[in-house]
Amino acid sequence: MTTKEYESYYVPAHSKWPIVGAFALFLIAFGAGNYVHDLNNNSSGYGGYLLIAGFALIIYMVYGWFSNVINESMAGRYSHQMDNSFRQGMSWFIFSEVMFFAAFFGALLYARQFAVPWLGGAGNNAMTAEVLWPEFTASWPLLKTPDGTETNEMGWYGLPLINTVLLLTSSITAHFAHVALEQNKRSQLKVWMVLTISLGIAFLFFQVQEYGHGYSEEMQLYLTSGIYGNTFYLLTGFHGMHVTLGVIMLTVMFIRILKGHFTPNNHFAFQAASWYWHFVDVVWVMLFIFVYII
Amino acid sequence: MTTEVLTEDLSEHNQHHKMTGIKRWLYTTNHKDIGTLYLWFSFIMFLTGGALAMIIRMELFQPGLQIVEPDFFNQLTTVHGLIMVFGAIMPAFTGLANWMLPMMIGAPDMALPRLNNWSFWILPFAFAILIGSFFMESGAPNFGWTFYAPLSTTYSNGSTAFFVFAVHIMGISSIMGAINIVVTIMNLRAPGMTYMKMPLFVWTFFITAYLLIAVMPVLAGVVTMVLTDTYFGTSFFNAAGGGDPVMFQHIFWFFGHPEVYIMILPAFGIVSTTIPTFARKKLFGYSSMVYATASIALLSFIVWAHHMFTTGMPLFGELFFMYCTMLIAVPTGVKVFNWMATMWRGSMTFETPMLFSIAFVILFTIGGFSGLMLALTPVDFQYHDTYFVVAHFHYVLVTGSLFSIYAGAYYWLPKWTGHMYNDVLSKWHFWCSLISVNLLFFPMHFLGLAGMPRRIPDYALQFADFNKWISIGGFAFGLSQLIFLVVVIKCIKGGEKAPAKPWEGAEGLEWTVPSPAPYHTFSTPPKID
Repeated sequence: MTTKEYESYYVPAHSKWPIVGAFALFLIAFGAGNYVHDLNNNSSGYGGYLLIAGFALIIYMVYGWFSNVINESMAGRYSHQMDNSFRQGMSWFIFSEVMFFAAFFGALLYARQFAVPWLGGAGNNAMTAEVLWPEFTASWPLLKTPDGTETNEMGWYGLPLINTVLLLTSSITAHFAHVALEQNKRSQLKVWMVLTISLGIAFLFFQVQEYGHGYSEEMQLYLTSGIYGNTFYLLTGFHGMHVTLGVIMLTVMFIRILKGHFTPNNHFAFQAASWYWHFVDVVWVMLFIFVYII
Repeated sequence: MTTEVLTEDLSEHNQHHKMTGIKRWLYTTNHKDIGTLYLWFSFIMFLTGGALAMIIRMELFQPGLQIVEPDFFNQLTTVHGLIMVFGAIMPAFTGLANWMLPMMIGAPDMALPRLNNWSFWILPFAFAILIGSFFMESGAPNFGWTFYAPLSTTYSNGSTAFFVFAVHIMGISSIMGAINIVVTIMNLRAPGMTYMKMPLFVWTFFITAYLLIAVMPVLAGVVTMVLTDTYFGTSFFNAAGGGDPVMFQHIFWFFGHPEVYIMILPAFGIVSTTIPTFARKKLFGYSSMVYATASIALLSFIVWAHHMFTTGMPLFGELFFMYCTMLIAVPTGVKVFNWMATMWRGSMTFETPMLFSIAFVILFTIGGFSGLMLALTPVDFQYHDTYFVVAHFHYVLVTGSLFSIYAGAYYWLPKWTGHMYNDVLSKWHFWCSLISVNLLFFPMHFLGLAGMPRRIPDYALQFADFNKWISIGGFAFGLSQLIFLVVVIKCIKGGEKAPAKPWEGAEGLEWTVPSPAPYHTFSTPPKID
């Protein structure tokens, strides 16, 4: 790197967006706390409104903040070094997301490998089983919990398999979109983007269908159906939220492409969205293997 | 050449005016402003958490219930712990990082200045929720800062929701702050400053930031499970639904153990800066210090279950975690020996930062040794959840982390304010703190060995004498910290003018700029050979 690049490192003067964002997070945290609290006490309060206000404010903040960044970028204020900062920042953010999912995968594996077998008497836990729930037999998926809640297994074929194919395909189309952008083939780029976003939305649609199926009389797989239902819904649920966020990111990128943003050499935002998309895809593959198949 | 003109224009624009009044602090993107905010916030939180500790020590002054109800006592210990960990120690280190990192690596600012502001301003809101819960009908969290299930789930007093969401936004703040530190160090070093030329202070923050990025999301995950267990009918930590309360401890301590190194590695960085300065020698074994820090960080991921020896883990688990934990004593020992070797035959002088640093080395080592005792599985069976544990972690966190923060604060106060601090008062601060802190925490070892359990508002009569002395030490330590407040305020208001480099033996880029450091430093990076 030459010295010149260092000289042009852009430090914004000041910005109101961070404090707006901090206040939005306060509204979300305080609102959600009140909301959950009221839900639990069957009372009605203002928590829900605060929560909605918080989300509205954070959307406003993201819009305003990113508009500033985009304007500064288009005005040519960012150096190669700045681009690197953004890239590294995004990579480490995705790594932190990986660790968030790791906590839930960890819970899943611990329950399967240790908690459930031990409740059934494995290892030196014969007396645990005998004293606590002598009727209980360990199995995975845990279709009958120690306290007798019954449920059914969600198969891996059918919707989950279709969804796997959809999401894997969308990762490929996202990659082609990137290639098209780098070769400056704008119309191809638009086609690939539309395809990617559609595949993402189709995934979400089927995911909702699957939840409907889970909550049906026939399946009786609820969030409250013991550790199998817990891990199933929290893992797929958080993944679904991330896919939703990914679709929103890709849609924003599509709008920016329509507006003529991005050049073959300068398209960090697009790349960040595409990394994020590949990340949700990888998480899904792990989910498909550990939640559905094994 | 148009680009060059543009660059010129922009750097003009970058040297913008400072905003005035409250807006300066709300909208700022300046690393020095944000560092100042972090430092003041952490000191206010330190006094708040300290006030709670004063009530705890008042209650424990005599056996029998004196002034607070047992449930409120539990709320005090819980919030004291949460405030000190997340509100005092961690933000103080982040504040030091913000102030010093860009100056030490010759960068104009942190890499992502707006994100930096956001990271800070989340914290006051998060702690407003946490401390505000004292005034809600459900009361504050009462399940210990470790919020073990089922205390925080089945037997929650109703404060779990606010606690969980407050921790969530604190976590967001920490992760963004850590990403900023990593990116700044990787990307904004001045030309010629290779990784192995970075000051050790920078290295320790670099490694700490990685720990934060890796484990704060796990904390977010585990509080989420606590939330759904408490309010949405899941059974992650409930055996009746196929879960396991011990699983909570596994996930929590997978976060929690790296977390304790998050609170000590930066301390290593600070004393590795101050000791060479006042011993007037280069830091002994620089590269071994770097590798030792990295080894401690890596090992921190595979020792978490030493907090859980009494949960009935399989024997293999007990042995594995015992040996791995003891292994950490090796790199830590390397560090302690390096600090001593740095001082060996140095031309030492004992300015206040050096006094705190030497106290750090000795007292942290005591905390390290009691940690080694706790690492032994059979021995831990006796010490678990006694005051021995309380003594151990207060030695590493108060005489360790906090003393190092004081060392750093006195060391850089001239750079921050442009004035020398009042030497006499600062020495009073040191000696009062040193004596009272040992009166406060040392007898706790004996109480613990004799079997006094932690987190209990009442105790058996035979513990009365020690507890009285501990409480007296506690009050004295609390009062001594107010001296620091006076020193800092006096230092900001005036005092002897500080030269650019007030310490004869100091090295590093931060001493090449005037004192007080100008609002913008290193807009053009220095060249490092």
